Amino acid sequence: MSTYRTHLLLCGGTACHATGSQAVKEALLKEIAKQGLEKEVRVIETGCNGFCAQGPVMVVQPEGIFYQKLTPKDIPYLVEEHFLKGRPVERLFYVEPASSETIPGMNEIPFFSRQVLRVLRNKGAIDPEKIDEYIARDGYLGTAKALLEMTPDEIIAELEKSGLRGRGGAGFPTYLKWKFAKASPGEVKYMLCNADEGDPGAFMDRSVLEADPHAVLEGMIIGAKTIGAHYGYIYCRAEYPLALRRLDIAISQAREYGLLGKDILGSGFDFDLEVYQGAGAFVCGEETALMHSIEGKRGMPRPRPPFPAQQGLWKRPSVLNNVETLANVPQIILKGGDWYASVGTEGSKGTKVFALSGDVINIGLVEVPMGITLRDIIFEIGGGIPDGKKFKAVQLGGPSGGCVPEHLLDTPTDYEAISKVGAIMGSGGMIVMDEETCMVDMARFFIDFCKEESCGKCTPCREGTKRMLEILERITEGKGEIEDIERLEELSRFVKDSALCGLGQTAPNPVLSTIRYFREEYEAHILEGRCPALVCQALITYSIDTEACKSCGLCKKNCPAEAITGSKKPPEPFVIHEEKCIHCGVCFSGCPFDAIKKSSGSKVARAA
Amino acid sequence: MAKLTIEDLKRIKEQVKKDTALREGGATVKITVHMGTCGIAAGAREVMDALLQEMAETDRQDIRVVTSGCMGMCSSEPNVTVEVQGHDPVVYQGMDANKMRQVFKRHVLLGEVQTDFALARMKEESPEEGSAEQET
Ligand SMILES: Cc1cc2nc3c(=O)[nH]c(=O)nc-3n(C[C@H](O)[C@H](O)[C@H](O)COP(=O)(O)O)c2cc1C
Ligand code: SF4
Ligand code: SF4
Ligand code: FES
Ligand code: FES
Repeated sequence: MSTYRTHLLLCGGTACHATGSQAVKEALLKEIAKQGLEKEVRVIETGCNGFCAQGPVMVVQPEGIFYQKLTPKDIPYLVEEHFLKGRPVERLFYVEPASSETIPGMNEIPFFSRQVLRVLRNKGAIDPEKIDEYIARDGYLGTAKALLEMTPDEIIAELEKSGLRGRGGAGFPTYLKWKFAKASPGEVKYMLCNADEGDPGAFMDRSVLEADPHAVLEGMIIGAKTIGAHYGYIYCRAEYPLALRRLDIAISQAREYGLLGKDILGSGFDFDLEVYQGAGAFVCGEETALMHSIEGKRGMPRPRPPFPAQQGLWKRPSVLNNVETLANVPQIILKGGDWYASVGTEGSKGTKVFALSGDVINIGLVEVPMGITLRDIIFEIGGGIPDGKKFKAVQLGGPSGGCVPEHLLDTPTDYEAISKVGAIMGSGGMIVMDEETCMVDMARFFIDFCKEESCGKCTPCREGTKRMLEILERITEGKGEIEDIERLEELSRFVKDSALCGLGQTAPNPVLSTIRYFREEYEAHILEGRCPALVCQALITYSIDTEACKSCGLCKKNCPAEAITGSKKPPEPFVIHEEKCIHCGVCFSGCPFDAIKKSSGSKVARAA
Repeated sequence: MAKLTIEDLKRIKEQVKKDTALREGGATVKITVHMGTCGIAAGAREVMDALLQEMAETDRQDIRVVTSGCMGMCSSEPNVTVEVQGHDPVVYQGMDANKMRQVFKRHVLLGEVQTDFALARMKEESPEEGSAEQET
């Protein structure tokens, strides 16, 4: 066996794949061979490193240097300069947007320096397709301890001490779930993992599966031993091909080592599992719908009780846990519940992974100790809002959640504190919105999503979301009435209270929270025909600023409605004729001189 | 592959750890091979090969090998700097494969500076090592 002096940890996560990390990898291998460095420099393809916005990214060890936005063109120079001659290439470093400073070391970059990695401890550090690398970082020692040294009750006690709560959305204490399922009588029980991840804007679970699939397998083995299950399923959406591939590899390697199958580690305990591919319906993430789907039926929820812990998959006692929940378990067993509970707040222990997206500079995956404020995540780790724009709100928990406005940004990431302000911790989706976001339109988007995803089984959800969408569409088109706000609130309460499953029960949340914090925006649409964020097409008037107009004629040429007149020679000013304009916005985005202006509310809603 | 026992797990961990240790902190020795154009021409690649062979044979996980560019002492290339934590860096000049093996076995592993081909300690307080180079 030979030793390498340098490891190149190239991100092979989904986002970096999309930006070309495969081509970078090929270029690297080729150039390394050309320089005769094959025995000295090793390329390792890792899971998502977290800093997806800068992809493809690569970390060079042992120096810890972080390279970003790599292209195959950069590689020959990089290999010769850095990996042969040892001179790091500054132009590929990260540039701190605020100070324009280049930062070579990954751990000095603010995006990384505030994070605490537990669930993501192996991200970007191991090759997720090599079980030995996982083992080298204490992999399967938690399983060994649980199987060889602990009783189910001891495992439950350790989890209780840890304070771990379900990361799939509801935050239910994991130890209790396991305790109930253990107490349920039955020879056959099931251990299940929810990798459906249906929230728009969420990619935490995908990244865990891509970067560290064995951690999830370990969580399942330990859970199975605790409740007395010998078979399990991982329910993963088919739209996650890379996660599915890494899971398959992980499972077959674990089987080869006897870490799945009969008599695991000589403990006498048997457990095996398989992956079930879902078609990606949002409702299938709901626990009873998910179980129906595995049974081969349509993914529809059913009323509870009976709870899955008593009657789950095929009516057998079952535990369903989220990917991130399970990935926390091996370390809790190995290092103890007290260690886990050493960070966090009174009621929310440990760390949480968030997927930062939307109008924020550092889009990516962050893991932080619970209790850190939303402001810290968005402005310190996330780097704030791009293009000097102003923050407006952040949506937590996707379509089931709510938005948090500026004046509540110091709310800590704590289950109870977040629900108090009308949002939910959810599974960790965090969509940042700047001043150019219309909150009515945002509520419309999420209700539209829920209407599409409603399984249709129960009337309040099926019809309620449809009615709410109609009202919201009416408002965004300037045809709303002031009573509509009350109607929305009333419908929301009704759907919340009477829908069968969590989808319907939470669907009104974005509507309620936008009304709560941005009521004046609803009123502007309704009373003044004005969209303050200049988003709702029907309420916008386009006009040409004659000062800025250079008479290039581009807008006239591109307008699909022939709504613009004017000419350069003979000089005749360019004008938009409001009665013909269909508000497509083509002229606005196409004008090279920014001479087209948007305004709203100047006229009473014309459509009315 | 046979079923693993917990002993097997620990064995795999130790074996692979040596390789992956590179990605963690905790280095106590850093060996820099100066690989400027002049260094390569003078045989720095052979020095590197020998060094990596030595690395493969040791169980130590706290040694890092890096390269750097020309250090402005082209006439004495290949140059190698050994930095043991808590000690001043030592620059070796005119290295070849055999000298590299000797430096690795004696200095890196046992802590005995090989004064025969040490150019300098990088700090002043070591007068016995000839003309002291100042760190910038
Ligand atoms: C409509 C709907 C969608 C859901 N989608 C997911 C999902 O994608 N992933 C997930 O882990 N939990 C999802 N949940 C929550 C699950 O029903 C369940 O509570 C969770 O998987 C339990 O795991 P935990 O206790 O580890 O959080 C969803 C719930 C509802 C009502
Ligand atoms: S594209 Fe802009 S500059 Fe050109 S004619 Fe239209 S408004 Fe004037
Ligand atoms: S918004 Fe569309 S239809 Fe209206 S003037 Fe511009 S290009 Fe023409
Ligand atoms: S996929 Fe590469 S950083 Fe996220
Ligand atoms: S489909 Fe779930 S509540 Fe109606």
